[in-house]
Parts: sequence; C-alpha cells; structure tokens
Amino acid sequence: MSDGHLPSAAVGVADEHSMEDVRKHVRTYLIVGVALMCGTVMTVWASLIHFDSREMNIALALLIASTKGFLVAGFFMHLISEKKMIYSVLAFTVFFFVALMFLTLWSMGHGSIVQIR
Amino acid sequence: MEIPYAVKPRPDTGLYNAKLGIWLFLASEVMLFGALFSSYILLRVNAEEGTWPHHWLNIWLGMTNTFVLIISSVTVVLGWAALKMNQFKRYKFYQGITILCALVFLGIKSFEYRDKFMHYEIQLKDGSIADGHLQPETNDKMVVIEGRKVASHAELMEGEGAKSSGKDVKIEIPRDQIKPNGMENYGPWHNTYTAIYFTLTGLHALHVIGGAIVIFAIWGPLAKMWERDPERYTNRVEVSGLFWHFVDLVWIFLFPVLYLL
Repeated sequence: MSDGHLPSAAVGVADEHSMEDVRKHVRTYLIVGVALMCGTVMTVWASLIHFDSREMNIALALLIASTKGFLVAGFFMHLISEKKMIYSVLAFTVFFFVALMFLTLWSMGHGSIVQIR
Repeated sequence: MEIPYAVKPRPDTGLYNAKLGIWLFLASEVMLFGALFSSYILLRVNAEEGTWPHHWLNIWLGMTNTFVLIISSVTVVLGWAALKMNQFKRYKFYQGITILCALVFLGIKSFEYRDKFMHYEIQLKDGSIADGHLQPETNDKMVVIEGRKVASHAELMEGEGAKSSGKDVKIEIPRDQIKPNGMENYGPWHNTYTAIYFTLTGLHALHVIGGAIVIFAIWGPLAKMWERDPERYTNRVEVSGLFWHFVDLVWIFLFPVLYLL
C-alpha cells in the first residue's frame, strides 16, 4: 500500500484532471496556513497596543479573528466553492446565530440580570 | 439493501450523505458554541468595573496552542489532498502529524488546567490576601505558596494575578492565620471568569478529543478500507477533516476572547 502500489479501485478517486486541480489547491492550503499564523501574531500584537479605548482593541482582535475564520471556512472547508445545499443550511445557521447575538445585545440594554461574583 | 449515495453524490444536491450530515451537525455546533459565546458577552459586559480579570492566562501558551491547531488544520487538508492524488503514504504521514498536534494541544491545555488548580487565593485573618501556587512543603500546620500578598481582591484582577511571574516569592502561612474556608483554588468555582473559561475551553477540549479519536480510527484501525473502497475512505477523511477545521475555527475565536481581551 505505497504511493507506487495503489489498490486498483483507487484509480477512481483521482483522474488526471482532478489531480492537477488538487495539486494547485495544495499551494493555496500552504499559503492560507502561513496567513493564519501571521494573523495569530497580529492578534497578539494588536492586543498589546494601547489605543485610546479598550473597545478598539476588542474590535481589532475580533476583526482579525473573523478574517482568520473566513480563511479556515473558505479554503480549508471549501466553503468558497461549495454546493447550494450547504449554503442553504448555513444560511439558516447564520440567521439564527445573528438573531442570538442580537438578543444578547438587546438584553444588555434592558438592565442586568446577571450577578457577578 | 445498499444505502444510496453513501459514496457518490446525489444528483440533485451534489452531496453524498455523510457530507450533508456533517454540515447539519456543524450547524448545530455553531449554535451550541454561539450560546456559550453569548453567555460570555453577557457576563463580561455586565461585570462591574474592576471585577473582570485581565491576562490571567499565559498568552504564549495560548498562542502556541493556536499555532498547533493551525498546523493540524493544514495537515488534515493536505492529508485529504494526498488521498485525492492517490498518495496513501503521504496521507498517513500528514494525518500522523495531525494526531500528534492534537496530543500536543491537549498536553498544553492540561498543563494550563493544572496551573489553575494549583493556584490558590488565601484569605487571611488580618484582612490581606495571599495569592500563588501551592508548594510541596505544605503540611498540616503550614501552607506554603509561591506568589504574593495583596491588600485587596481588586489587586488580583489585573496583570500578574494568576500566573507566576519573576516577582513571586515563597510565602509561609501558618494555618491558624487563615480564615475558615479561606482557601480556594482557581477552579471553575472561583469566580465568573474561571467558570466561563473552564466551560468554553473544556467543551472545546472535548471536541479535540472526539475529533482526534475519529481521525486516529480512520488513520489506523480502519485504514484497510482504502484498499477495498478508496472513494468512501477519502470521503470519511474529508468529513472528519471538516469537523477538525471547525474545532480550529472555534479556537480562533476563543484565543483572543479568553487570553487577550
């Protein structure tokens, strides 16, 4: 079971065309990996800068984290070129997730119900 | 009866069963972690001034764990690509690294947890607080910690509060100087921050363990399927990889939220 001795059925997994596609994607995966590491260093760096407000640090850190999240979902999970069905499923998820966050923010404007120790 | 579309995609959706299944599962996972992030926001924003701790966690350990998960995400996708190119040995190599990364991540996380469970805040009868890591010299009469003494609880909220620093000194405290029930470690029960920290990272660690077990099973005991049904095997690797990327995705948000902000 080596690279040179493939099971006969394995021929069906990758024809010449898709193998070339996959080869191209490998380069992209490596670039995305490096970008994610750079993003991590940037996140730490951004958290150490003293802006006028702490909100600025939070906004910047979440912006970098969201960009990294996009890279993972888009390239590693292939969401930038997925089937419609998956987009439909995720559209529902995004809707409910945004609704949840909206409710969270909305509840904060109506007095705290949370006791902090 | 053979289950249809277990390997080949359905013509209408373009997806095989397991792929649709994992995406539905991941959608539910988004809501699970979303609810916990929502709890975190509520707790954090409603915390009174000076009661939410900053930099209680070691940033460099968190950053190392972030790198480890990124590397594992790259090797997962490279492993899948290797199978697509019929390079089984290369796949084995890449997924081997993934499993190793999972173990390193869990090792570092365990170290961090141990650090918190060994860290004590001790209320003294004179009103001051001793804070630091419990030392092996501790006995029935004396508690020995490496840390510092502070006048008020608020002083522990910022900066070096819960991590050992170069300024730490050994402090010997006779037990009769400690208030009744005045000793508490930094476990989930310590305060709101440690409660949400252990809940979020604990649930995430359970996902890492689950994902690593599945990836290991496909990599090791179930690898013979590659000879029998390579297409289905490749699909299994893809589906387990999607779960692993999700685990990485969650950590990408947990790291800044818990360690940096």
